[in-house]
Amino acid sequence: MSDSGPITPDNRRIWRDGLWQNNAGLVQLLGLCPLLAVSSTVSSALGLAAATLVTLLVSSTLVCLSRRWLRPEIRIAVFVMIIATTVSCIEMLMQAFAYSLYQTLGIFVPLIVTNCAILGRAEAFASRHPLRATLQDALATGLGFGTLLLVMGMIREALGHGSLFRHMDQLLGSWAQGLTLQFTSPETGGFLLALLPPGAFLILGTLIALRNRIQHRSTVAANRLQTSTTDTSTAES
Amino acid sequence: MRQFDPQPAPHIPAPSSVRRMMLQVLVALIPGIAAHVWFFGPAIAIQLILACGFALGFEALCLKARGRPLLPYLNDLSAPLTAVLYVLCLPPLMPWYTTAIGLLFAIVVAKHLYGGLGHNLFNPAMVGYAVILVAFPLHATSWLPPASLAENPIGLMSALEAIFTGGLPAPLSFDAITEATPLDHWQNGISSGQMMSEIRQSPVFGDYGGVGWEWIANGYLLGGLYLMARRIISWRVPVALLGSVVILTLPGSLIDPDTNPLVMEHLFTGGIMLAAFFIATDPVSGSTTPRGMLIFGAGVAILTLIIRRWGAYPEGIAFAVLMMNMAVPLIDRHTRTRVFGT
Repeated sequence: MSDSGPITPDNRRIWRDGLWQNNAGLVQLLGLCPLLAVSSTVSSALGLAAATLVTLLVSSTLVCLSRRWLRPEIRIAVFVMIIATTVSCIEMLMQAFAYSLYQTLGIFVPLIVTNCAILGRAEAFASRHPLRATLQDALATGLGFGTLLLVMGMIREALGHGSLFRHMDQLLGSWAQGLTLQFTSPETGGFLLALLPPGAFLILGTLIALRNRIQHRSTVAANRLQTSTTDTSTAES
Repeated sequence: MRQFDPQPAPHIPAPSSVRRMMLQVLVALIPGIAAHVWFFGPAIAIQLILACGFALGFEALCLKARGRPLLPYLNDLSAPLTAVLYVLCLPPLMPWYTTAIGLLFAIVVAKHLYGGLGHNLFNPAMVGYAVILVAFPLHATSWLPPASLAENPIGLMSALEAIFTGGLPAPLSFDAITEATPLDHWQNGISSGQMMSEIRQSPVFGDYGGVGWEWIANGYLLGGLYLMARRIISWRVPVALLGSVVILTLPGSLIDPDTNPLVMEHLFTGGIMLAAFFIATDPVSGSTTPRGMLIFGAGVAILTLIIRRWGAYPEGIAFAVLMMNMAVPLIDRHTRTRVFGT
């Protein structure tokens, strides 16, 4: 594979795709397993978002740099090897420096390997485009996915625990204990369903519906603008 | 001299309007509700009014959001029926916000997001119940003992206070006034190695079901027979459901009566009677073909008994109905009756 592949999109397009137009979670519906399982609090969502982002950056860079030597027949196997190595390194780093968070995230850190969004970026972008664009794409995709994780985490924690930023000390160190905002008394708790998998599905579904509605509105508005400009241009001619 | 109808034939009007059907079902529920009020106090009546209000409110909001006319749909009584069935599945002292959330899921999520009456995949009342059971496990399992056994029967005012403020008058507490249901007794007793004859010593057991519960079940049975006689519901689902319960529990209760509840006890405790006549017979989310109805009823019975015997929840009828709802498209596809002549 060489750079003579598909034309590299411009920066604006890359960021727009990663964050909104082609968002890994909301539009491609990739990586739903960690998205649904680990978004029950802001701190675990943030931890997984950071781990995913770092994995994406490192694996995309490696895939991009090695793309000249990869034969098409074995490329997927090599991508998986690269991603698995990256994730193993991140897992060990988390064990060393953020052990309590590692315990909270549990099996979902090693499972980042199976996050299709990462393999998807390696195959669809990193192996076909130069490094500059690849890095931007990895950053945009990771941030898009991470933002969705964070939004899910905030909604689920607010509904389910009645709090925000609880257990942030697992992520940021002991000073972050003071960040916790509790709206309801801890005994009452909240709406338990939001913390359970069905609640995660319902909230994700609602977010997807919301995105589609916004998208639909802007498309309709753009079309109207276009038709009105063509109308005036034909009238003028 | 007999008066003749001056209209041309046919002279028998079909009871085909949704409103009429729902009204008949509501009428048929009256004996069961009356028995409930008699044995467990007036709290359920407050809950019914509250739930109907919420259901109609959510229905109106959804219809408005979907741009449908309000009156014809609000008048068809399907929302109040959902509310009534929902309330009959839950303890009467549920706080008002759980009722609101349950009906939000029943009416908005299970009914209108799927396309409104006639398009819902799942039984709305059972969806609301399942959501509340999963989300508020403590409230949803705090059943009251029958008033005759209670040390402090809950009157109208304390019921109002419990539902709207979540608290009770001073000397009472929820731990003190709630009581395990007969099904809880079975599950705990059998798993701790007690024999059925020992479990039956508990005062909550009556002649063949729980005290009070057996009469409520009889009320539902009466209402169900009325519906069958009026041809509002088909005989197939109740017969298949109750028949399967009998067939499946008979061997156990004959061979090993020490660890297996009797057939009558299975039929007259929990929600079997309510589900057999009023919930599994839902014409929208249930099967519609004649053979499919038999399979649907039997499936609900099998799953309920499996959950009762081996599940974590003492009663599984709601989950059984929801799981069979999922299987309905498949059942209907394979049991479609052949059109004559093809």
